Amino acid sequence: MTAWQSVGRMRWGWFLLSSAVLVLLPLVTETSTPTLLLIWALFALSLGIMWGYAGLLSFGHSAYFGLGAYTYAIAVVNMGESTAPLLLSMLVPAAVAAAIGAMMFYGRISDVYMGVITLVVTLILFKFMSATAGDAYVIGAARLGGFNGIPGFQTLNVPGHVEISLFGLPTYYICAAALLVCYLVCRWILARSFGRVLIGIRENEARCELMGYNVPACKTAIFTISAAMAGLAGCLFANWAEIVTPRVFSLGQAAEVLIWVIVGGLGTLIGPILGAIVLGYVKIRLGEQTVIDNSLILGAILIVVVLGIPRGVVPAVQHLWAAQGRWARRRGAKDSGARRRLGIAAEERS
Amino acid sequence: MDYAGVVTLEILYMIAFLVLTSAGLAIVFGMMRVINLAHGEFVMLGGYTTIACSRAGIDIYVAMLVISPIVVGLIGLVVERGIIRFLYGRMIDTMLATWGLSLLLIGLVTLIFGNSAVSVPAPIPGYQLGEYQMGGYNLFIILVTAALIIAMWGVLKFTRAGLIARGAMQGPDVVASLGYDPRKVYMITFTVGAALSGLAGGVLAPLTGLLPSAGGAYIAKAFITVITGGAAVISGTLSSAVIFGTINQIVSFAVHPVLGEIAMLALAIILLRLMPKGITGRFFRDGT
Repeated sequence: MTAWQSVGRMRWGWFLLSSAVLVLLPLVTETSTPTLLLIWALFALSLGIMWGYAGLLSFGHSAYFGLGAYTYAIAVVNMGESTAPLLLSMLVPAAVAAAIGAMMFYGRISDVYMGVITLVVTLILFKFMSATAGDAYVIGAARLGGFNGIPGFQTLNVPGHVEISLFGLPTYYICAAALLVCYLVCRWILARSFGRVLIGIRENEARCELMGYNVPACKTAIFTISAAMAGLAGCLFANWAEIVTPRVFSLGQAAEVLIWVIVGGLGTLIGPILGAIVLGYVKIRLGEQTVIDNSLILGAILIVVVLGIPRGVVPAVQHLWAAQGRWARRRGAKDSGARRRLGIAAEERS
Repeated sequence: MDYAGVVTLEILYMIAFLVLTSAGLAIVFGMMRVINLAHGEFVMLGGYTTIACSRAGIDIYVAMLVISPIVVGLIGLVVERGIIRFLYGRMIDTMLATWGLSLLLIGLVTLIFGNSAVSVPAPIPGYQLGEYQMGGYNLFIILVTAALIIAMWGVLKFTRAGLIARGAMQGPDVVASLGYDPRKVYMITFTVGAALSGLAGGVLAPLTGLLPSAGGAYIAKAFITVITGGAAVISGTLSSAVIFGTINQIVSFAVHPVLGEIAMLALAIILLRLMPKGITGRFFRDGT
C-alpha cells in the first residue's frame, strides 16, 4: 500500500486537464516560448525519473541532451529526411548511456563518483565539440563547426514527405505530445514491478540485491531510458533553435536541469516538469533585463532550496496538504475513507 | 635537446598547475569529505582580488601571496558558517549547494566587474631556451607550488594544529573526547582550503586573463585530480597530478592540445572505474 502511494497515482483528470490546456494554449499566446519550456520540461522529466525514483544523480545529464541535438543535426544533414534522425537522436544517447552506465554500475561506483564520471563525460563532449572547427571535422556532409556549431539544418518533416517541413505551431504540438507521451511512459514504468524495484534501490540497495534483483542491470536500464528521453528533448531543442552549438553540453546547462528537478521536487514526476516550466520562464524573463545577472538568482534559489526544502517544492506542498488534512481530521472529520487515505499519506511522508 | 627541455618544463608546469589549483579542494575533501563545487569560483575570486589590488597600486607579489589568500579565506569562512556547516555528512546536498554557490558567485562578480576579460601583466619576463621562447613566470609557479607542498606537509606532519587536523579527519569522536571541537576544526580547515584556492587564483592571475566564468576552467581539473587522488591530501594530489599532468602534456605535444585535455579526462574515468576510492585508497594508504 505504501509503495503504491510513494509511486504516486496516475491522475487522469489532471492529465486530461493539462492536455487540454496545452492544446488550447496557442489560442492565447505565441508558441515559441512555450515550445522551449515544454522541451526543458521533458529534459527535466528525464532526469527526474532517474534521480527522484532510482536515486541516481547524473551531474552531467546535458551530455545526453546535447548528444540528441547533435545526432539529429548530423543525421538530418546527411539523410535529408527527418524520421530516422529523430529515432537516432534517442538511440545514440541511449547507447552511450548504456555503455557508461554499465561501466559504472557493474563496477559498483558509489553515488559521488557517479557524479564525477557523468560530469566528466559532459566536459569531454563539450571540449571536443568546441574544438571541432575546420575542415578536418566532418561527418558525412555535416561540418561540426567547433564553437559555432551546426546551423541551418532541416527541421522535422511529416514522415515520408520531405517537402512538408514542420516549424512554429506544429513544433509546439510535437513537443507537447512528446512531453505527454513521455509522462505516460514514466507512469507506466513506475506502475510496473520494474518501477517498484527502482524505488527499492533508492531506499535500500543491499536489500534489493539480496532479494534477488539484478541491481546493476536495473540501474543501467533506467539510465538508458532517461538518456533516450533527454536525447529526444535535445532533438526537439535542435528543431526549436535551428542550430546546435557545444553550449548544449555546457556545465551551465547541466546545472540548470539539476536545479529545475530539485526545486520542483524529487520523487514526483510533476515536480521536475513544473520546476522546468516555472524556472525556465523566470530565466527567460530575467534574460530580458540586465540589472541582475541570471546565474545569481539561479544560484541563490539552489542554495535556499537545498538548505530549506531539500526534497523540493511539490513534495513540501503535498506534505503541508497532508498535515492540514490531519489537523482537519483531529477536529472531527467524519469521512472514514478520507481519514484512511490521509492517514496513509501522512505515514508515508513521515 | 632543447625541445626535450621545453617538454619537461611544460610537464612540470602542468603538474604544478594541477597541484596548485587542487590543493584547496584536496584539503577540504580529504579532511572533511566535502566536495566544494564552488572551488573554481574561489580560485577566480583570488585572481580578481590580485588584479584589483595591483590596479590599486599594491605590489603584485603582496597582492597574490598575502591579500588574495586572506580575502578568499574570509569568504570561505562566511560560506562555511552560512552554508556548509548545515550539510556535513550529506555529500550530494553539499555538492548541490556549492554548485548553487558557484553560480551565485559568478553572478556577483559579473555584477561588480562586468562580463569582460581583465588581466594583469606577468611580473617576470620570458627567457630563451635554445631557439624556444619560454615564459619565466611558469618557473615562479613551479617554485610556489613546491614551497606550498613542503609547507603543507610540514604543517600536517610536525605541528600541533596539523596533528589535530589529521585526528579530526580519522576520528572526529576521539578528537572531541580529547577536548577539541571538531566543528571548529572543520571551520578552520575550510577556511584554510579557501585561502589556498585564493592563493592559487592570485598566482595564476597574470598567466590567464580572467572572466567571471573562469572558475569552470579550474574546477573540472581540480575535481578529477582530487577525486582520483583519493583521501590522502598530499600524496594523493601529488600522484594524480603527476599522472594527469604528464598525460595531458605528452598528448598535447604529440597530437593536439585539446586532445591532451580529453585524454586526461578519459583517463580519469578509467582510473575511477579501476580504483573507486582513488589512488591513495589503493596504494599509499598511510600517507598524509
